[in-house]
Amino acid sequence: MAVCIAVIAKENYPLYIRSVPTQGELKFHYTVHTSLDVVEEKISGVGKALADQRELYLGLLYPTEDYKVYGYVTNSKVKFVIVVDSSNTSLRDNEIRSMFRKLHNSFTDVMCNPFYNPGDPIQSKAFDGIVSAMMVQAS
Amino acid sequence: MSPARWDLPPELCCRPMAFVALTGLDVVYNAIHRAIWDAFCANRRADRVPISFKVLPGDHEYPKCRTKRTSYEWYIPKGILKTGWMNKHLNLVPALVVLFYELDWDDPQWKEKQSECATKVEIVRTSLQGRNTKVAVVLIQKKTPLPPGEDLVASERASALCGACDLSGKSLFVLPHTDHLVGYIIRLENAFYEHAQTYYYNEIRRVKSHKEFLNKTTHQLLFVRHQFKMGFFSELKQDTQNALKYYRTAYSLVHELRAHETNVLEIKTMAGFINYKICRLCFQHNTPLDAIAQFRKHIDLCKKKIGSAELAFEHTAWMSKQFQSFGDLFDEAIKLGLTAIQTQNPGFYYQQAAYYAQERKQQAGQLCSHEPGVGYPAPDPLETTSGALDFYGQRPWRQGHQSIDPPDSEKEKQGILALQVKERDVLHSELIIALLSNAVAQFKKYKCPRMKSHLMVQMGEEYYHAKDYTKALKLLDYVMCDYRTERWWSLLTSIVCTALKCSYLMGQVKDYITYSMELVGRASILSEEQKSRIEKNLIKVLMNEVPEPEPDCDPVSVKAAQSLWSDRVSLAGNNEFTIDVQDYVPFVQCKAKFLSPSFHIDEPVQLHVYVRADCPHPVRFSKLCVSLSNQEYNQYCLLEDAYKGKDILEPSSQENMCLVPGKTRKYCFNFVAKTEDVGKKIEITSVGLMLGRETGRYVYLNWRGGWGDAASSHESLQASRSFKRRTRLPEQHVDWDAVSVQSSTMIISRVPKISVQLTHEPPALTNEMFCMTVTIKSEEDTVGKDIKLTAGLKPGQDANLTQSTQITLNGSEVCDDSHPALLPDIPLGDLQPGQKIVKPLYIRCVSTGSRIFLFHVAYSVSATVEGKDITCKCHKDETVTVETVVPFEVAMKFVSSKFEHLERVYVDIPFLLMMDILSASPWPIELVESEVQLASSMTAIDQPQSQVEGVTLQTSECASECFLLKCPPVQNGTSTVASGHYIISWKRKSTFTETSVVRTVITLPHVMVENIPLYVHAEVPSFGRVRESLPVRYHLENRTGLVQDVEISVEPSDAFMFSGLKQVRMRILPGAEQEMLYNFYPLMAGYQVLPQLNINLLRFPNISSQLLRRFLPSRIFVKPQGRNGDASIEAA
Repeated sequence: MAVCIAVIAKENYPLYIRSVPTQGELKFHYTVHTSLDVVEEKISGVGKALADQRELYLGLLYPTEDYKVYGYVTNSKVKFVIVVDSSNTSLRDNEIRSMFRKLHNSFTDVMCNPFYNPGDPIQSKAFDGIVSAMMVQAS
Repeated sequence: MSPARWDLPPELCCRPMAFVALTGLDVVYNAIHRAIWDAFCANRRADRVPISFKVLPGDHEYPKCRTKRTSYEWYIPKGILKTGWMNKHLNLVPALVVLFYELDWDDPQWKEKQSECATKVEIVRTSLQGRNTKVAVVLIQKKTPLPPGEDLVASERASALCGACDLSGKSLFVLPHTDHLVGYIIRLENAFYEHAQTYYYNEIRRVKSHKEFLNKTTHQLLFVRHQFKMGFFSELKQDTQNALKYYRTAYSLVHELRAHETNVLEIKTMAGFINYKICRLCFQHNTPLDAIAQFRKHIDLCKKKIGSAELAFEHTAWMSKQFQSFGDLFDEAIKLGLTAIQTQNPGFYYQQAAYYAQERKQQAGQLCSHEPGVGYPAPDPLETTSGALDFYGQRPWRQGHQSIDPPDSEKEKQGILALQVKERDVLHSELIIALLSNAVAQFKKYKCPRMKSHLMVQMGEEYYHAKDYTKALKLLDYVMCDYRTERWWSLLTSIVCTALKCSYLMGQVKDYITYSMELVGRASILSEEQKSRIEKNLIKVLMNEVPEPEPDCDPVSVKAAQSLWSDRVSLAGNNEFTIDVQDYVPFVQCKAKFLSPSFHIDEPVQLHVYVRADCPHPVRFSKLCVSLSNQEYNQYCLLEDAYKGKDILEPSSQENMCLVPGKTRKYCFNFVAKTEDVGKKIEITSVGLMLGRETGRYVYLNWRGGWGDAASSHESLQASRSFKRRTRLPEQHVDWDAVSVQSSTMIISRVPKISVQLTHEPPALTNEMFCMTVTIKSEEDTVGKDIKLTAGLKPGQDANLTQSTQITLNGSEVCDDSHPALLPDIPLGDLQPGQKIVKPLYIRCVSTGSRIFLFHVAYSVSATVEGKDITCKCHKDETVTVETVVPFEVAMKFVSSKFEHLERVYVDIPFLLMMDILSASPWPIELVESEVQLASSMTAIDQPQSQVEGVTLQTSECASECFLLKCPPVQNGTSTVASGHYIISWKRKSTFTETSVVRTVITLPHVMVENIPLYVHAEVPSFGRVRESLPVRYHLENRTGLVQDVEISVEPSDAFMFSGLKQVRMRILPGAEQEMLYNFYPLMAGYQVLPQLNINLLRFPNISSQLLRRFLPSRIFVKPQGRNGDASIEAA
């Protein structure tokens, strides 16, 4: 399960970011922010090939000693980032994919809300719920 | 225990090369020897064999070889690897000792020399007692040797020398000291290299042979040691593949060792060494993935081997070093051509090294914070008798100890204490910063700007901890804008907080103010209490007071800072600051707008400035000023504290200058634009807001362009996208997002209060003087001065129109080409209120088509705006489109006197020129006069007189006239001749104005003239009367120079009886005329066809009778006979 989930706007500012409260929130913010380097590179580098394949999942962005950072980019260049604890080896690629898919679906619902102004921070209970379900439960 | 304690030994990190010692060379005093030595050691490029040479004296003492162990049974190893071992084999124990000796084959003292050489070899051999080191001899000779086999003396003496020195033939070399020294040296080198390889091969076999004596219980350490040694010897032998194999075995063996608290450091140290060797070789073999995999394995295996908890910092230091040295290896491989990628580059390893260094610092902080009384233990437990350790990774106070428990717990405690005390003195921050800056350099290379920024933040924070606030602030300030533009407020807030602390501790007023403003503002995610605290401090600073210290600062630095701040307070100057807000997100927002994109000169320019604060407490400002592109207006856009300098607080004005959080304040300015600025743009260059007081300390917030800071463009975009309903706010409140920005306005001229009317009768007729009357009527309240009219063809139309249009004020004469198409600035004087000016203008359009005419009336009038008198220039434009048409069309034709159409005319025979003038004008046209100007080839028979003079033609009416003409004789039968011109003088018949007469000249068509051989004409009375004789005389004229035979016959007719020759044939002499008389006697009344006269010219058969008959009348009107005679009819 994730320790941090973030939604990043097309312009690379955070729309939504949530991390487990036990560890430093700032550290996760930095982790997500730095992972955007790889996301940007992946989007620009293989831009055309990627668009053809319509593959939104970017895979493992970069490994750190403690965390694994996964990325996903929607067609409108909104990025999702999921940070997973490195020690959590039970998570398979497929599960990460399905997490992203769930996140994307929920994000689409947020966008469909006529009262939501695209580009504003996400403040949605439904979205919160989906994210909470994916996060490591701090017990 | 310097910080270098964790550094890998240089003998481990270097590339091992075979060690060959050269003796018998006197490189100091002997030039030849010097040259030989230089040839060996200079220019050692990659293509030369890897040997490290050293010049040693002939009697050099090599390290003693310990007596060979025959049995390992009772041997218990004291450690894994001796600290001196690698160095010994790299630099002390040679693989080959080469003795240089000057001896020519034909040396006269051969015998003596040979025995001297043998002695020298013996000395070397003795000092190498017990080693397998080879010995070789090189004879330095002055002469070039003969080819092998030819010099019999040489081969004989060579074998003798070999025998004397106990050398094999392969170990004796000759070095002729000639021109080709380097070539010989290279050959020698290669021979030495072979010897060295044999030596190392034997060494490996020797070490391997020990294996059978070892047992797994007591000699575990030796397994590792031997594998390492074999790996190292293989490297010396340049057999890197096998070296890698041995090292890998050594690596797995080292982890099989029983690890406990006392030896974990030794195991880790050796594991680190072997890992380093493996990774290095993997990179060398261009298998970087193997290297990375090995390193990961290494880290995973060693991560948990912390060892003694009291020395936990040692583990992190070691970990940090592991990452750092791997990063170095990786980086080195890249320099040699390896390509790295964004997600796998040395930067990550440096970063991780830095992370462990930070952890080490933290642990050191926890573990080494002893009571001040605790000093460094004496005697120094870290002192060893030799000054160095015997084995790598062992504790100095218990070297060689291999059992689980420490031998002496008291000593152990002292040792740990000593290490902790030493650790306390380590400059951790320096280490961390160095690693971070390494990582920054790497991430910069691999396109990771955000990672780079993050590391720079860490560096800045580390500098902050190291109390180097200047550097900290520099770094933080550098990266701040990246986070600001990317709108990561959480990260920005944390960075700015640190920066604020730095600026506080350094007493940097401007930075302190800037950061405070940002932290108080909307981009900060600090809590209200924190914001409130910072705002209070900010206000204090603006009041020139000392701010409260920032929380969590080093108390010593805070003390220093407080004195710095109080110095600042007493300091008089340098208390004004300007902050350009577009680089920050301050807590005050501003939007300035002109109320309209354009203002007339006679109305005041209105400008509104909206200001809003986002801070927790209300804030007061002392000045608001707007700078405009024309600075003369700035004085009108200024709001100043009326009581500056005084301490009297006038509530009304104070309230106006106070910003309540979250409320938008509006400030209105207006001013009268200068008349010179008509047609110009006025822009807001900046808006300045002064916080603080001019007497004390103040700061100017400067909004360039009148609005916007680093965050506002995005905010306004979001606001514009938003479809949230804007709630109606009470009158005074303004919705911030709804305020749009209008940062420039145009000053335009005053609206004219005059009417311009055009009176005319379109369409214009070609070439006429078309009259247009302009009526200018004043509706002004005051006198309009300097009225000027510009009239004519509107510029920018077809260039041909300019050529074909003329305009004048004088209608009495017709324009010509000298007149312009546009009359500029016709002065019309002044115009009193209510008065009007009527001005007729005459336009001549030479060609048809539509034209746009412009009538531009300019004048000046004085007006009063806001109590100021200004002279306004006004102008009014009128345009009109006028069509030009042709007034009439003239059709011309030549007809015979019988009005028959003529293809051609005949010489001397009269014909008629007929004109039809068809009016095409919608207005009546009066034809004043018409005239025919004949060419010389035509003459008029009677005086041509206009028949249409004074005729007025309505639309589509037609006037006709004709002229009787004839052509004088022409040469050579037929020719085409010009006829002349037809001139019509006409004018438009208009009630509107008197127009001048226009002369239109029409060129008459050319006509073909032909000679005719016979001319016939008849003399006929104008009418006949029934039963009364009607004499008709026919004249036949011969126009040729020939006698002509003519046959004439008259055909009978029902209407006439006649007398005369019915049929006759006659001759007419040249130029003569024959007259024939007939008396016709009409029988019937009415138009009657005369009896037809047939003329047949025998000489000219092509001249038909029909053609000639054309000249003769064919009919005549016959009157009936009156009953009562003529008189009665005349009476009736």
